[in-house]
Amino acid sequence: MVSVTDLQTMYEQMVTARHYEERLVDEYLVGKQPAFDISAGPIPGELHLAAGHEASGAGVCMHLRDDDTVTAPHRPHHIAIAKGVDLKRMTAEIFGRKTGLCRGKGGHMHLFDPDVNFACSGIIAQGCPPAVGAAMAAKKRNTDAVAVAFLGEGAIDQGGFLESLNLAAVHDLPVVFVVEDNDWAISMPKDRVTDVQNGAQRAAGFDLPGVRIDSDDATAVYEAAGEAVMRARDGNGPTLIEVQVHRRMGHFMGDAEAYRPEADIDRAKQRDSIERLAEDLRSHGVTDDELDEIRERAHERVEEAISWAKEQPEPAPEEAYENVFTNPPAQAATDGGSATDAPDDAGETGGDN
Amino acid sequence: MATESRDYTEATETDRELTMSRAMVEAIAWEMRENEEVFYMGEDVADYGGIFSSTTGLLDEFGRDRVMDVPISETAYLGAAVGAAQAGMRPIAELMFVDFFGVAMDQIYNNMAKNTYMSGGSFSVPMVLTTAVGGTYNDAGQHSQTLYGTFAHLPGMKVVVPSTAYDAKGLMHSAIRDDDPVVYMFHKRLMGLGWMPSPSGPKTGVPKDDYTIPFGEADVKRPGDDVTVVTLGLHVHRAMEAAEQLDDDGIDAEVIDLRTLVPLDTETVLDSVRKTGKLLVVDEDYQSFGVTGEIIARAAEGALDDLSAVKRLAIPDVPIPYARSLEDEVNPGTDDIAAAVRELHE
Repeated sequence: MVSVTDLQTMYEQMVTARHYEERLVDEYLVGKQPAFDISAGPIPGELHLAAGHEASGAGVCMHLRDDDTVTAPHRPHHIAIAKGVDLKRMTAEIFGRKTGLCRGKGGHMHLFDPDVNFACSGIIAQGCPPAVGAAMAAKKRNTDAVAVAFLGEGAIDQGGFLESLNLAAVHDLPVVFVVEDNDWAISMPKDRVTDVQNGAQRAAGFDLPGVRIDSDDATAVYEAAGEAVMRARDGNGPTLIEVQVHRRMGHFMGDAEAYRPEADIDRAKQRDSIERLAEDLRSHGVTDDELDEIRERAHERVEEAISWAKEQPEPAPEEAYENVFTNPPAQAATDGGSATDAPDDAGETGGDN
Repeated sequence: MATESRDYTEATETDRELTMSRAMVEAIAWEMRENEEVFYMGEDVADYGGIFSSTTGLLDEFGRDRVMDVPISETAYLGAAVGAAQAGMRPIAELMFVDFFGVAMDQIYNNMAKNTYMSGGSFSVPMVLTTAVGGTYNDAGQHSQTLYGTFAHLPGMKVVVPSTAYDAKGLMHSAIRDDDPVVYMFHKRLMGLGWMPSPSGPKTGVPKDDYTIPFGEADVKRPGDDVTVVTLGLHVHRAMEAAEQLDDDGIDAEVIDLRTLVPLDTETVLDSVRKTGKLLVVDEDYQSFGVTGEIIARAAEGALDDLSAVKRLAIPDVPIPYARSLEDEVNPGTDDIAAAVRELHE
């Protein structure tokens, strides 16, 4: 049974994540309107917001330690927040600043935080194999660390996911695969592109447990994930979990969602896991004042991170050349020997012979 | 480079000659003994010992946990190597033929090669991707490529191409100890396999102890004053053979083995070109947008005034054909190299 303290922690992470996305909407649109221009404004690039996904990140990551690895997809903020990624440096990264997690070289789809073993990738399902590798490392080192790969329901048709299920299963690796089913792969509803409605059924073909959580409910996620993480930690192999979540915003900022029925958008907004969890907390005797206090604390944390990020310097242009390698080769070997560097002694040493 | 010529001389002075595959395995075994974080995974690398003998004997010494047969599932296991490397281990993952890169290129290029950069250096990916390259045994277009240029073109990977047993061992030690992803491309024809005879060159003396060959140091295999021949892999041996023929005709070719493409030893090439003024680049990869063009561009950027003539020999932009007559036609041979040097010398 989940404790009230854990419920409160999850609630705090979820309202942090929700407020974060709502605030990023404001910040992202600065300079990009009235005619939407993706290349303008203080936040560069695309932005895939996870409002409506919060229960998944919070419910799963409650069971994880810093030495457990998480890989996330292109919609990663709620997972990063729940995993304990440094919010200020993550926000600075989203703003493309020098002190960002990746020194301005990754952006919001490619956040890396080695302190809590968090990474994400913008390629669908391709965070799954590295999660399997992290689990492989844990097993070889005989630690009880686990790895969790998050992916969307649109990713369950992708080879990288299916291959990862097989490799994890055949080696009994401590991995949990968490499919966040928000019903939409950009504009494609699940039933148009995927053969199964219950993605957890994919597990059967690999002889591993598969669980679907059909309600957008943090407590249900917490319980299923707890079992899966414990199973992995105890050396009993991988589990696949599919979680029903909702996409309250477009696929990315600027997505007009012309393909999506109004009723579906309304439904997504009505089924709010945060409201649901607040009700649970009230039924456990947590007062509205206490909930307000949690929300205020979360909002302050978000505001602080955004303000901090906006004050950070941009990377110096020459930093573009750094970090290609951890051990960079000597400059002479890689600079291409540009003509301007060449000694002007051709007449003496060159040959027209 | 002077230091490397010295190393090579020392090696030839050792009595113990090894094939390239034995030398490569010796380095891997040494590193696995020294460092428990090193492990090898690939298809048929355990009981079989690697289709091209890249892992012969390792299973017996290290067992299945460290010499792992994996599913025919390159995306999964190459990506898993990335994850294990990011966790601080030092995996060696084998792509049986480089031609199979297509099924796993996302893990290779979007994760292995880029995660160091995209994380702003907060993650390293200290893994080695070993892979068999090259033709000359009539295996057609999906099993005969080298793809040197493809891997060297994409930033974030160090790319190593040994041509001798001595280099194979020293470069493997360096590759495993390097904190970056290294693509170690071994030419099947050079491995010393009973069923695919090698030319005489790649079997060399190899010291028993460990040693490293630094990346980015080309090896001047044969000094010469008339024409510079820059090449790598199998074609080092073809170029050396051609140089001997040319020597009989009084043409003195300098042969440079690049040994690593990333980093590339531009200086050794420029030094040679400044001396000879004539440059031939020989490559077993496709001609256009590849190694030959890159070397010639660097020579032009760095020593344009010294250059009087350039030529290149490479696979002339067709897939590698199957029939012997067809493959021989497109893969630069010793006579082709000798003819090209003669043309340059005229």
